[in-house]
Amino acid sequence: MDLHTITEVRRPANADAIKKWEKGFAWLAGGTWLFSEPQVDTHTLIDLESFKWPSLQPSSEGLEIASTCRVIELDQFVEKAPKDWTAAPLLRECCRSFLSSFKIWNEATVGGNVIMSLPAGPMISLTSALEGVCTLWPRDGKPHEMAVVDFVTGNHQNALQPGELLRSIRLPASALKKRYAFRRFTLTHFGRSEVLIIGTKCQEKGDFLLTITAATLRPMQFSFKSIPSAEDLKRTIDDAVPFSLYLDDTHGSPAHRKHLTYYFSEQIRAELSA
Amino acid sequence: MNYKINGKSYSAEPQAGQCLRTFIRDLGLFGIKKGCDAGDCGACTVWLDGKPVHSCLIPAFRAEDREITTVQGLAHNGELHPMQKAFLGAQAYQCGFCTAGMIMTAASLSEEEKKDLPFRFKGNLCRCTGYHSIEDALHGHTAVEEDKPGHACGASLQNPFGESIVTGNAHYTMDVAMEGMLHLKVVRSPHAHARVKAIRKDKALAVSGVHEVFTWEDVPRILYTTATHDDFHVDPDDTYMLDNVVRFIGQRVVAVVAETEGAAEEACRLVEIDYEVLPAVFDPEEAMLPGAPILHSGPSALSRIQDAEHNVFMKIEGEVGDVEKNFAESDAIYEGTYHTNKIQHAHMETHGSITWIGEDGRMHVRTSTQTPHLTKNKLAYLFSMSPQQVHVFTERVGGGFGARQEVLTEDLCVLATLKTGRPVKWEFTRTEEFTATVSRHPMKITIKLGAKKDGTLTAMQIHTVSNTGAYGNHGGEVLASSLGSAMATYRCSNKKGVGYAVYTNTVPSGAFRGYGATQPAFAIESAMDELGLKLGIDPFAMRRKNMLQEHDPVHSIWPSPHDGVIGSYGFDQCFDLVEAAFASGRGEKKPEGEDWLEGKGIAGHAQDCVPPTEHRSEAHLGLLADGSYHLAIGSAEFGNGITNAQRQVAASVLNSSASRISMDFADTDLTPYDTGTFASTGTSVATLAVNNAAAALRDSLLDVASVLTGVPVLECRLENDHVQCGSRSLTLKELHTNSPFRDKLHVSRKAYGSPRSTAFLVHGFRIAVHRITGEIRILQSIQAFDAGTLLNPMQALGQVEGGVAQGIGTSLFECMVIDDTGAVINPTFRNYRIPAFADIPRTEVFFAKTHDAYGPMGAKPLGEAPIIPIPAALGNALADATGIRFTSLPLSADRIFAQLAELQK
Repeated sequence: MDLHTITEVRRPANADAIKKWEKGFAWLAGGTWLFSEPQVDTHTLIDLESFKWPSLQPSSEGLEIASTCRVIELDQFVEKAPKDWTAAPLLRECCRSFLSSFKIWNEATVGGNVIMSLPAGPMISLTSALEGVCTLWPRDGKPHEMAVVDFVTGNHQNALQPGELLRSIRLPASALKKRYAFRRFTLTHFGRSEVLIIGTKCQEKGDFLLTITAATLRPMQFSFKSIPSAEDLKRTIDDAVPFSLYLDDTHGSPAHRKHLTYYFSEQIRAELSA
Repeated sequence: MNYKINGKSYSAEPQAGQCLRTFIRDLGLFGIKKGCDAGDCGACTVWLDGKPVHSCLIPAFRAEDREITTVQGLAHNGELHPMQKAFLGAQAYQCGFCTAGMIMTAASLSEEEKKDLPFRFKGNLCRCTGYHSIEDALHGHTAVEEDKPGHACGASLQNPFGESIVTGNAHYTMDVAMEGMLHLKVVRSPHAHARVKAIRKDKALAVSGVHEVFTWEDVPRILYTTATHDDFHVDPDDTYMLDNVVRFIGQRVVAVVAETEGAAEEACRLVEIDYEVLPAVFDPEEAMLPGAPILHSGPSALSRIQDAEHNVFMKIEGEVGDVEKNFAESDAIYEGTYHTNKIQHAHMETHGSITWIGEDGRMHVRTSTQTPHLTKNKLAYLFSMSPQQVHVFTERVGGGFGARQEVLTEDLCVLATLKTGRPVKWEFTRTEEFTATVSRHPMKITIKLGAKKDGTLTAMQIHTVSNTGAYGNHGGEVLASSLGSAMATYRCSNKKGVGYAVYTNTVPSGAFRGYGATQPAFAIESAMDELGLKLGIDPFAMRRKNMLQEHDPVHSIWPSPHDGVIGSYGFDQCFDLVEAAFASGRGEKKPEGEDWLEGKGIAGHAQDCVPPTEHRSEAHLGLLADGSYHLAIGSAEFGNGITNAQRQVAASVLNSSASRISMDFADTDLTPYDTGTFASTGTSVATLAVNNAAAALRDSLLDVASVLTGVPVLECRLENDHVQCGSRSLTLKELHTNSPFRDKLHVSRKAYGSPRSTAFLVHGFRIAVHRITGEIRILQSIQAFDAGTLLNPMQALGQVEGGVAQGIGTSLFECMVIDDTGAVINPTFRNYRIPAFADIPRTEVFFAKTHDAYGPMGAKPLGEAPIIPIPAALGNALADATGIRFTSLPLSADRIFAQLAELQK
């Protein structure tokens, strides 16, 4: 939609060109959320596109995803991923877990989805399950790192400071080489995720990582040295996820989200036990 | 900045925060549409360097120097793109508002991508078609038939607006630019109930470009209803154009008129309003209790509100026979209480109007309405103008479903034009559609049925509490309907009903396809199954035992004489067709696994073909000098296909082809009075007037021909372009030139909505439900409909498919959720999901073979009813699968899973 309150667009060559961060500034990545709602407190858009950050940088260390990487690029990367990245198909599973159309993915960015920090953000599901680490560029101070699972702190809440940039997310090769299991539920076909749960298992060490997203206000992650028993898994979720942490909106009731969380978590546990 | 759009270069400077869609439309390229303005509906799809994107989300500056293609750039040298041809051939549109985006998406897909259409089309919403014709287009299927003289009726003739729709050249309400146009925006109430104490306009007026700020003190202090009915006394005069009391969150309080939308919005944010917040009530039963906050007091309470002190706009009751005595003598009784949901129409074009004073000094109103003539009269009344001073018309309207049987935008635009002398435009946002228009009335319905051992109904009793919201508008008529057709579907000598239309501090309810019948049908058809279960009688047998029969009177709860009749009878055929389809073994198999349960359900309905109040129309039909015909009719086209049906009827009677009949419609200057297109009046009234006029013109032309040739009239026969008089042939052009009686070349005929025939339908579903997740999958969907003789089978199919799709949305997931402050919490397509391509299975549609004695060419209407049996048929299938009766809509997984879990204990 038209953002009538915007009076200026800046297209700097790099982030350092923005010295002083002011109230009313907004970084513009894909713009697919920014332009989907009125932004009456914003007057200046600062275009990240002109930074020309390389979208995807695979290496033996893992995959470095620029925050400005388009979702479509990540979706298509699956076909080019190294063979031993057994978890690579998860990239596509998660790209296809957007409520939005594939046409939106031509513009929407991975970083934008993480920064929106909505419970159903599939890029949050993906990057937290694959142990992603954010590189953050504050306006004042040195770049620093933070796990995605810690970065997202609540429904539409995260650790980003005013003006701070999410530069990239690094997925370690060790995580990309894991086995995974994926479960998702939506109230309408291809709708917004009500529950999106991913389990991974290290093929050598056997450790198990369960990441619950969409159902809860923020990603919840549980790490086990080996596949736990059904009872242990249930107890762990019981202890860590109070009912108040299950999201209540028109895409699913908290009770149903909780119910499906246990149901799918156990399915994932069983699948990765095999 | 330089832009390349559809191969043409443009040099233009977008505003900083402007999206690409508006930028392109501002250049005069109106082919791309604003449906949601938030990236959810896809109506604005364009190609950017060959890739499809939603242009409402693209910052306009980013498209600089890139190749932009819109639907208007697809055709080359006058040759349509193959996808445009495919959409024409399959008639893959109804209102056509989504079509630009559909075609741009479809034409971007590779053959590989076309293999997964549900996924590829999840970002393109259509509210009319139910998506099947769109799928047909993508598979290259053609439905359109040839326009042969004398055979127009019964043929699937292409919609006359088809080509303009698929090329993006059809002009919807907002698709015009006008010199000096001002923009209107309103400040809406943040409170569910409050008194406006003070309004300070100064800061708003200081915004550059702002012309006027209107408050309740600036509008005519006239009480009226926003609903439009010819007999306006059926609705209460409980509304002021702007009021100093607000009764729901979203009610308009202040209107701002400015040079730009941005300035108007800024001024709206700067208007300062002091409110005295009043207690509010959201539940209709609570609203009727003593001590509840009273919504309407003072002058509005005196206006046809039955019991303002208890917030009851209207109470209706009636009884035939003796219900109490017959319940006492029944072998089995079922009683249950059902709740239905608040549903938005979600037509893809939002409400909007453009008004201006013409060179003739009159007020011209270009708007998106189903009732141009009624709107004209209401505007004349509100502004104390002579009706002759007002001209209301539509060009192309993007869907209606009842939402446009209201005056919601026209009035303030007229006010602003009167004050400023300038053209004024007001276009609703998608969010305003949810928070500030109308929706389906939520109802609580208690149904009680009694029967003998053999299943024969002994008594039926219904109790309805309908939530009309903050204003009464259609509340009384919808309430009456809720006690009407659904209660008339089964023969029973003892029927009783009582209903209340109750005010609450929520966004008003209004007219919606299946007007007041969809809600009770959910209760009654569920109850029929439950009663059958008690007696050990299966759903088909239970209904066949009791269904309305060919020679039965059509009555519900009122003993007075009435004009309901059965002009043709096909209820029995409908049951047979659905039963046979179930037996065929078609449809999907149940998914594997013991957690999937399977069930079948049916529901039937008998729908009156015209509502009981005042409905009439008049057709003008004439022979033109070139030997073709011209038809003028006041009914409205908003995707219903009625104009096509009307010219088909005229063509058939005149033994001509439809293409030889040009038309004016929905224009108060060019067409005679019509009481509006809703509740099936398009077919039953307006098309009947066309039928009458065509027969009269035929007779008149034959008479002229006989005089001119001296051949007895009985030996004269009207052919496509001439009259055959014995062995002599007289072309229609010659007849026109030589006719000694000019006034015999034009006729006028009226039709009136009485008697009211009855259409019948039955829907069947076979579903699978997952007992743990609560997911429902539709395995087979069947609708059999008795619509008499079909005027246009392709359009008939489209109406049924579209209605079924809306019914599936209503049944399975759609719901406007209102929080404890009275706010709608999901006023966007992102959070109020309407069915997308993937949500709608293909329905097997069958038509009974009957010929109605009263409808035009034996036809009965079929736009209204297809939605009506859907919730009950799904609920019955779910009950069959699980043994659990769900009594509240929607049947979404998160609402049913808990009861399913009980099954496993």
